[in-house]
Amino acid sequence: MPNYDNLQSLVTQVRRDILRMVHKVNSGHPGGSLGCTEFFVALYNEIMELKDGFDMDGKNEDVFFLSNGHISPVFYSVLARKGYFPIDELNTFRLIDSRLQGHPTTHEGLPGVRVASGSLGQGMSVAIGAALAKKLNGDDHLVFSLHGDGELQEGQNWEAIMFAAGNKVDNLIATVDRNGQQIDGATEDVLPLGNVAEKFRVFGWDVLEIENGNDLGQIVTGLHEAKSRTGKGKPVCIVMTTEMGHGVDFMMHTHAWHGKAPNDEQLETALAQNPETLGDY
Amino acid sequence: MKQYTDQGKQDTRSGYGAGMTELGRTNPNVVALCADLVGSLKIETFIKENPERFFQVGIAEANMMGIAAGLTIGGKIPFASTFANFATGRVYDQIRQSIAYSDKNVKICASHAGLTLGEDGATHQILEDLGMMKMLPGMTVINPCDFNQTKAATIAIAEHHGPVYLRFGRPKVANFTAADQKFEIGKALMLNEGSDVTIIATGHLVWESLIAAERLENQGISVEVINIHTIKPLDDSAILASVKKTGCVVTAEEHNYLGGLGESISRVLATYHPCPQEYVATRDTFGESGTPEQLMEKYGLNNKAIEEAVLRVLKRK
Repeated sequence: MPNYDNLQSLVTQVRRDILRMVHKVNSGHPGGSLGCTEFFVALYNEIMELKDGFDMDGKNEDVFFLSNGHISPVFYSVLARKGYFPIDELNTFRLIDSRLQGHPTTHEGLPGVRVASGSLGQGMSVAIGAALAKKLNGDDHLVFSLHGDGELQEGQNWEAIMFAAGNKVDNLIATVDRNGQQIDGATEDVLPLGNVAEKFRVFGWDVLEIENGNDLGQIVTGLHEAKSRTGKGKPVCIVMTTEMGHGVDFMMHTHAWHGKAPNDEQLETALAQNPETLGDY
Repeated sequence: MKQYTDQGKQDTRSGYGAGMTELGRTNPNVVALCADLVGSLKIETFIKENPERFFQVGIAEANMMGIAAGLTIGGKIPFASTFANFATGRVYDQIRQSIAYSDKNVKICASHAGLTLGEDGATHQILEDLGMMKMLPGMTVINPCDFNQTKAATIAIAEHHGPVYLRFGRPKVANFTAADQKFEIGKALMLNEGSDVTIIATGHLVWESLIAAERLENQGISVEVINIHTIKPLDDSAILASVKKTGCVVTAEEHNYLGGLGESISRVLATYHPCPQEYVATRDTFGESGTPEQLMEKYGLNNKAIEEAVLRVLKRK
């Protein structure tokens, strides 16, 4: 049984990290980061089997790829608090000479990152490649990936979705963050995605849905369920409904905070709603 | 004039296939990907002997580049192959972000490059690929000249860590380099020493340069011929050593003169040793349907065009 108190403390602290990171440099993407906080915290602290330290090959451990790279703040905070690099380094987010680039990259050697992402729609192909390498290596660990829902408008995803099913890449769990928002507005207004779960199903994936991706219990249960469905001939997809901006009342129910940082006053309000738990960086 | 013998015409893409066959037998980490062009890329033997190390991705080049990037995570050495047009322009951003910027050990192997693709026409005849690929930081760019050299290059790039663009072609052309050559990435090859003019050629134009040089030598002109199989990193010192002696250059490539080998040579000359240069290359144009020979004649990429360019550049000395 997971220690939900500890996970919840981490979730709250990560939300503070995200808000403070984007506020400091007045740039970055808080909305999607806040919406996926429970997912990242659960994945790295409850679900994935990880070795100590970091190496690029990731043999004999689970590996994760973030395809929608703009939600780098939540990725960086969770990696730092998992011990991949010093928590203080979150201070350097988006600054010159930093390893914490606006979008994640391997270029500066940041531990925990295995491919650059940000130009959308590429992560699933990379995750499939890593999953194939695991099979060739006789490594029975899993590959996880996260994708924005708007990102599914990129055609490369559907090449990848077709390939993964056709080639029985059943050591892959791809999660879609179904927050229904993208830069120009609601996904269903910009370019309707329709029934995402059904689309994956007809392409030959095993699909499960998490109704509330901001409920830790549902996330943990859903990810465990997804793991139990691997190795059965089909790639596994989780369609996870989240609330963009979750945890900060004025950032929810709007796409306005997709790529906008809070000002001083807004930060104070937002932090008050997420009181310090594990210590700010 | 040093003599070179055509050991029998062969296509450079078959050199790639032969190299892959050997890698399949010698390097267990080498894996191959292809986007519905297995027959054209000549990798049937690799696939037959190593079915578990081959991934048919279908007509989905963007996905192929991403999967190749992912396969490196876990120590595989992916050779992703298709036509040059679909291996570069179609998937430039996938190569840029998932492979080059991410420093992935992917070998992008591109056949049917340039006008000599022939009858399929301009939709398939890419003349911009060297430019696109050489501009990517960290990308090694190689364009071998014949069957033997393409085979040797294929084997050599498996030992090099980092992204590589290996370009070759469709038609059967003279096979004149040594079957047992050791391919050294980044090393210019001196094919003929001379003192009046330097011809610097890559790919199919190397053999054409040798034919042109022989005719020029018969006219009493002393011609140095250099095979630049590696466009990036460029062997600056070999180029400079030659032009300091000859004082003028003709560059020859099956590519647009904007962005190709010629412009890379111009950078070296302008920086270290300014001197006259003539370009044998296409002039900012698309190709068209025709036989390879007709196209190379019409677009000025054959031995005759090289000979004329030499006579022009000598007048500018």
